[in-house]
Amino acid sequence: MSAATETRVILTRKSGRTAPPKRAGQKTTFGGVATGTMLWVYAGISIAPLLLMFSNSLRSPLGLPLEPSFTSYQKAWVTASFETFFFNSIFVTIASVLLSTVVSLLAAYAFARTRSKWFGGLEALFLSGLMLPVYLAILPLFFLLDSFGMISNLWSLILVYGALGIPFSTFVLSSFFRQLPIELDEAAKLDGAGPFRTFWSLHLPLVRPAIATVIVFRFVPVWNDFFYPLILIRDQESYTLPVGVTRFFGEYQTDWATLFAGLTLATIPLVVLFLLATKQIVSGLTAGMSK
Amino acid sequence: MSAFPMMKASRKRRRTGVTLPRRVGLLFVLPALILFSVFLAYPLLSALSYSFFDWTGITREGFVGFDNYVTLFTKMPFTDEIPNAFLHNVLLFIGAMLFQNTVGLGLAVLLHRVGRLKRFFQTMYTLPYLVSPLVIGYLWSLMLSPLFGPVNSILRAVGLDGLAQPWLGNPSTAIWVVVIVTAWQWIGFPVLLYGAALGGVPAELDEAAALDGAGSWRRFRSITLPMMVPAIGTVSVLTFIGAMEAFPIPYALGGSGGNPAGATDVLSLLFYRTAFESGSSNAIGTSSAIATLLFLFIFVVSIVITAAMRRAERRLF
Repeated sequence: MSAATETRVILTRKSGRTAPPKRAGQKTTFGGVATGTMLWVYAGISIAPLLLMFSNSLRSPLGLPLEPSFTSYQKAWVTASFETFFFNSIFVTIASVLLSTVVSLLAAYAFARTRSKWFGGLEALFLSGLMLPVYLAILPLFFLLDSFGMISNLWSLILVYGALGIPFSTFVLSSFFRQLPIELDEAAKLDGAGPFRTFWSLHLPLVRPAIATVIVFRFVPVWNDFFYPLILIRDQESYTLPVGVTRFFGEYQTDWATLFAGLTLATIPLVVLFLLATKQIVSGLTAGMSK
Repeated sequence: MSAFPMMKASRKRRRTGVTLPRRVGLLFVLPALILFSVFLAYPLLSALSYSFFDWTGITREGFVGFDNYVTLFTKMPFTDEIPNAFLHNVLLFIGAMLFQNTVGLGLAVLLHRVGRLKRFFQTMYTLPYLVSPLVIGYLWSLMLSPLFGPVNSILRAVGLDGLAQPWLGNPSTAIWVVVIVTAWQWIGFPVLLYGAALGGVPAELDEAAALDGAGSWRRFRSITLPMMVPAIGTVSVLTFIGAMEAFPIPYALGGSGGNPAGATDVLSLLFYRTAFESGSSNAIGTSSAIATLLFLFIFVVSIVITAAMRRAERRLF
């Protein structure tokens, strides 16, 4: 569901941009107060569990959460090997997002700048990956990677996530490449630039906002994924955070503060990314719109 | 496909771009094509073929046609476990749909009226959606813990001791916990998407109807709702896929066995158990048959929902 999920978010942002925000009247009306109340109430329902997670992680083993204690973080980070899991996750996420973005950039450029039914068919094939429950192909994937001797190797995850990112990334990038006027390519050709030069020096800088979008939206599902490492990673040294968390929950059952600290550690990078990137994505999209 | 409106737009523009010679184009596509074929297309097709063979451990024996499928419908424990797990997937879908199209739609309508703070609320509502479902599942399992969990503490604090209970230990409440937690996590997406669809309703249309004396409910039903059908269609299809694929939340709340007593079992867990935990010698054959059936079911129903929504759209305009 992840790839499709991201598409949805992008579509939302794109169309949200064109919608003129309707200004509410400045008067305080009964309806206005009721609306505000309901929105705040649901904001509470939505965010309270995450806040509880954070506040509970700061409890010292016996005391009240009045004096925040970071011992549980220390315990999760060092004793429960969250440090290892964390850096494994960082490595896998960055490498696989880079891989899928680079190959998708090249493919998307070709899709946007060729006209043949072969390329059209190939593009449709890639797109079909957005709707298919691809995780059901885990058994053959396991045997394939096993035959390469890559089980428990982080590169196996990187290659799989790299492939899984292609449908979404080519979908977004090719629609951006198509918006660039063809005259650009013609001018570059007259100046003697080859296809790769045109792609590298002319098109890449122009689709930067789309690249940022693709990177951010692929980051989330790869970081969160639990299914593939559960099956492809057998060695605890190579666990990524989500699998590490399941192991950790078996071992630290009664140590609540440490459990909450572990969950918080797995969540923080995403929250930071989300808060940073909402701005970046919005500015990227508005920059693309002004053309 | 109405689920991806941008596709239509991009198809129209294809004719404009003709600069890459085919051979150079192929060179550009090649890395993606190799990665896609080896790690996505090939395993998917192989999984299909696996289900038609008899397996002993990891050795493939003879071709057995549909025998593995017959096993799923005639042999224990599958005859019990498949309908049970399937029912839970359906409950997940129905629960999430109800929640998204009442609470989610309501929040989107309310947000549409708010000028300031809109982005703040959107961020608040979307945050759980971005957090790992596994973390969400474990978080709720701690919150609902019978003795020390905050949920029961709060219930006791406000005098509702009778309601405090082992939510996840009781088979009759456990599945509803899975449904509610899933719906709670997913709500951010419909709020955003419905919000965008509401922004697309021309204000003049609404004002003209108001001048003609249409009340706010009438305007919502006859103008806003029909214009939101594509968004509702997208949410339906993706909620369906998500509900049928559900794995991390049930895993975190009920373990791979769907505890207690299969009360939180879903099809993906059943597939996982059959393939990796059953110890049966033909684990690969039967689990591949489960995967193939689930795959076909998701694919066909998604297409049906999409087609139905498109028809609804045509009828309403």
